[in-house]
Amino acid sequence: MGFLSRLFKPDDPGLVHLPAGSFTLDREGRVMTSTLPRSFPAEHLKAIGEQVLASFRSARKAQIPLSEIIIHYAALKLLARELGGGAIIFLMPQSLNQQANAALKKAP
Amino acid sequence: MPAQPKILLLDDDQDFLDLYREMLSQHLPSMPEVRAANTGARALSLLESEPFTLLVVDLNLSKMDGLQVLTIARRKYPQLRLVVLTGIRDEQFRTRAYALGVDQYWIKPETDQEMGLFMESIEALISREAQAGFRGVQSKSLVDIIQLECLSQSSCMLKITNGVTEGKIYIQNGEVIDAELPGMTAEPAFQRILSWKTGSFETLPPDPTRVRTIFTSYQGLLLNTAQAIDEAASLDQQPVAENGAPAGAIPVSANGVASLLADVSQMEGVEFVLALGAEKNQSKNFWGLENPKPVAEFTRQTLENFRWLGERLQVGELQHVLGTGPQRKVAVGPCGKSELCIGFPSALSPEQVRDSFKNILTKWAS
Repeated sequence: MGFLSRLFKPDDPGLVHLPAGSFTLDREGRVMTSTLPRSFPAEHLKAIGEQVLASFRSARKAQIPLSEIIIHYAALKLLARELGGGAIIFLMPQSLNQQANAALKKAP
Repeated sequence: MPAQPKILLLDDDQDFLDLYREMLSQHLPSMPEVRAANTGARALSLLESEPFTLLVVDLNLSKMDGLQVLTIARRKYPQLRLVVLTGIRDEQFRTRAYALGVDQYWIKPETDQEMGLFMESIEALISREAQAGFRGVQSKSLVDIIQLECLSQSSCMLKITNGVTEGKIYIQNGEVIDAELPGMTAEPAFQRILSWKTGSFETLPPDPTRVRTIFTSYQGLLLNTAQAIDEAASLDQQPVAENGAPAGAIPVSANGVASLLADVSQMEGVEFVLALGAEKNQSKNFWGLENPKPVAEFTRQTLENFRWLGERLQVGELQHVLGTGPQRKVAVGPCGKSELCIGFPSALSPEQVRDSFKNILTKWAS
């Protein structure tokens, strides 16, 4: 098995460009639809989906049910909406230019 | 830190490595020792075995890409200066590299002029490191810097970053003329910035249009601030009871967060506050919650999950998570060594929740 998996190992994806777009998940975390390019690794979609669904579940358990979660990173914003036990998740890469423009708009 | 600066170059192009090794080691005034690695794994093993001042990384590498190397290097070696030197002109990779904490992002120079600028910037980075080591400094070092700037009659703006909070101290001809924090200016802002125990800062050009709001001499300012910090520390050391009060009450804690909780609970729209220590078994401080345990579990799990995700996607630090539900909105985020979860009424807009949460983080970080 080890020999075969080494032979048929997929090409290394190298640097992954973060796309803007969305995908939907069912309640088991399976990807149902996606507007993201195929070049975006399926493992990333799975990882995002799992963490988002886990957070919705954990919030319900804590008696603070949530219908939407927005996750802010320095270079990415994720917006997830609960959808009948599953979710629709939007990926919004953030750029330095956008952040600078937002700060300028806020400035008095 | 070694006396002679050491630079580690990482690129999978051997000709590039040979050329830049020669350029950097022979043409920089500080005459650094330059080592080279052609894979991410080799670079990390060199970093493990000996101290370096600066790591110069190409992004497009086979197997382990440059962003992965930067993620690991920033986490394991916070003092290490990081520079990206790449042919990739994509704005997104520049943003992500800065989000991971690099000091500079350079497109590989194509002209003599660009090469000159690159060499100058590298020299500035390594000599600044050798002279001072200003990174993750303690407040004492910040006091030293202010004294130095004032004694040398210089004009500059010190930008100090503590977690998500950014403070500025304006110095004009050797006098502190103003200080600024989100929602705060002048002497109170100066005192709060000086009370920060950790952070990083950089010296920026002065702002000649800045209006003076501080008229106390810098010696007086530093003295007042030292007194205020001492008083706060002595209050914190007073014996207190166990925490864990019923809903609506503010539990008293041994680390002086009780007054902070009281402050935050008075802020408009705040329905509950939960503050957790970094360790799982550390105490919870809370206000407005009947049963904080499940909320604490939600907070820890959410932050842990999304931190892991951020590292995997290489998108920089997790800033905060905002949740909207039919009953209320919640904001969760890391703040120094604490983790905060704040409840807001569902009628508030996401922007209002985000702004309130940022104000709370600023207060907490201070």
